[in-house]
Amino acid sequence: MGMTISEKILAAHSGKDKVKPGEFVLVKVDLAFANDITAPIGIEKFKQWGIRKVFDREKVALIPDHFTPNRDIKAAQQCLLMRRFAREYGIKNYFEVGTCGIEHVFLPERGFIAPGDVVIGADSHTCTHGALGAFSCGVGSTDFAAVMATGEIWLKVPPTIKFVYKGELPAWTTAKDLILYTIGDIGVDGATYMSMEFTGPVISQLPISGRLTICNMAVEAGAKNGIIAPDKVTLDYINGRVKKSYRVYQSDPDAVFVDVKEYRVEEIEPQVACPPLPSRTRAVSDVRDVKIDQVVIGSCTNGHLEDLKVAAAVLSGKKIHPDVRAIVIPATPQIYLEALKQGIIQIFVEAGAVVGPPTCGPCLGGHMGVLAEGEVAVATTNRNFVGRMGHPKSQVYLANPAVAAASAVKGRIAHPGEVY
Amino acid sequence: MKENILRGKVHKLGDDINTDYIISGRYKFKTLDNQELAKHLLEDIYPDFYQKISPGDFIVAGENFGCGSSREQAPLAIKYAGIGAVLARSFARIFYRNAINVGLPIIITQTEKINENDTLIINLSKGSITISNQGKTLPIDPFPPEILKIIETGGLVEYFKKYRGWTF
Repeated sequence: MGMTISEKILAAHSGKDKVKPGEFVLVKVDLAFANDITAPIGIEKFKQWGIRKVFDREKVALIPDHFTPNRDIKAAQQCLLMRRFAREYGIKNYFEVGTCGIEHVFLPERGFIAPGDVVIGADSHTCTHGALGAFSCGVGSTDFAAVMATGEIWLKVPPTIKFVYKGELPAWTTAKDLILYTIGDIGVDGATYMSMEFTGPVISQLPISGRLTICNMAVEAGAKNGIIAPDKVTLDYINGRVKKSYRVYQSDPDAVFVDVKEYRVEEIEPQVACPPLPSRTRAVSDVRDVKIDQVVIGSCTNGHLEDLKVAAAVLSGKKIHPDVRAIVIPATPQIYLEALKQGIIQIFVEAGAVVGPPTCGPCLGGHMGVLAEGEVAVATTNRNFVGRMGHPKSQVYLANPAVAAASAVKGRIAHPGEVY
Repeated sequence: MKENILRGKVHKLGDDINTDYIISGRYKFKTLDNQELAKHLLEDIYPDFYQKISPGDFIVAGENFGCGSSREQAPLAIKYAGIGAVLARSFARIFYRNAINVGLPIIITQTEKINENDTLIINLSKGSITISNQGKTLPIDPFPPEILKIIETGGLVEYFKKYRGWTF
């Protein structure tokens, strides 16, 4: 019997020929990372163990991205703790504001993620990196500390659900809509503890940015990891970025999947996930009467250059509705710079949007766009739970960047076709 | 070995209780003061929750408890609020790991048979739950031996102090 790509990577990293779902394995880790929220607690635990050095100074990354540039004194203290630790322990991959940006966009961009890697991040959206054919999953701070200490982690081998996407994507339907539609179909616990493997001709045609968006939200269905087998698009992307050797894995033809879900994408209109769950998805044309106060375009889900481009295409020559604040956040400095060179930033500013520095900021109600009581936002982010972006009585609708941009112009949830 | 027995009253919650509900992202930077964090436990959906609980009480929920972010503050806030254990039909995986790592007992069981304000006696060593006011007993899904060792040591911090690494 064959193995899935996730099973193969876990077997290779635990010194076994074969693993099967449900088995507990101790796995060697290729990259462990944490951010300004999760690292400090991990560092505190690491120090309690009295360990003098991390397992590998090159394989640990510390990225201050959540409440940076420091939003208040507490955030500043957390970042200081992280910075001091990085210096004291000689962590090679510590990055300051201005050089990193949002971890899940920055790490692949800078070649930290290679196919076949095991990646452990102290952040739930670590599943993003499966887009490059790595086994990548989120953990908490103590697990992160344990990996920093030993370079290993225990994992339960997950069963895999295979998702197959076929057909032609309609205009304005993007990777974000595919994953929202999928979560709407299987629910927020539809893949709990499982691996979601995304396949099919539609996935093959997606650029890496779209693949990252899809894998990013696997956790919103409860998945342990999302993964896409590497192909030419992957290899072209990592060429020149990844400096180390790597191995490409594919699922065997006789691999065992607990379920196979097949979708015809022609029928999938741009989706909107209504509050308070990412699974409460509707076609955008069904929710067009919802008036909004704020739009956020950015985050680890949709802060890529391609996302900004599509939003700019919709906003070009238009004005943001007078009742709406539009906030655009490029995910990394490199994306920011490229958007600047291509005139994309100018389009946003001329339309009346504010362009913020790379940060997770408003996505988790941190800063740079917190909602007041009763306010409604359309966001290209990944969670719309009660109070996620601010006041417990505020509401978040999740959508793709084109829908967010069109909504910013109309002052209500809008289909991009209404504006473009 | 001393038997590990917990007693307390039930506070019943529903399905899909996510980490933002358990402790809002707004309070994450109060992490160094877990007692302060605990006062805000579940406040966005149950504003008086912290006032209602007594030390040793249990949170009893449905499916997918702890979904959402990876924040370890979620099980920490529950633990520091004095909750003796969380019982659910299923847990989100990062929360499950984090709870084990911070030493918060978590129990997978058929929670639909447990009602608000029931009194439970949980024997972690024997693996049983008694609903004393109903006179019923429920079995507990056992932990794998490797994981049980982390729980019995009191969490991953204590485990690493004791064993200086993994014992797998």
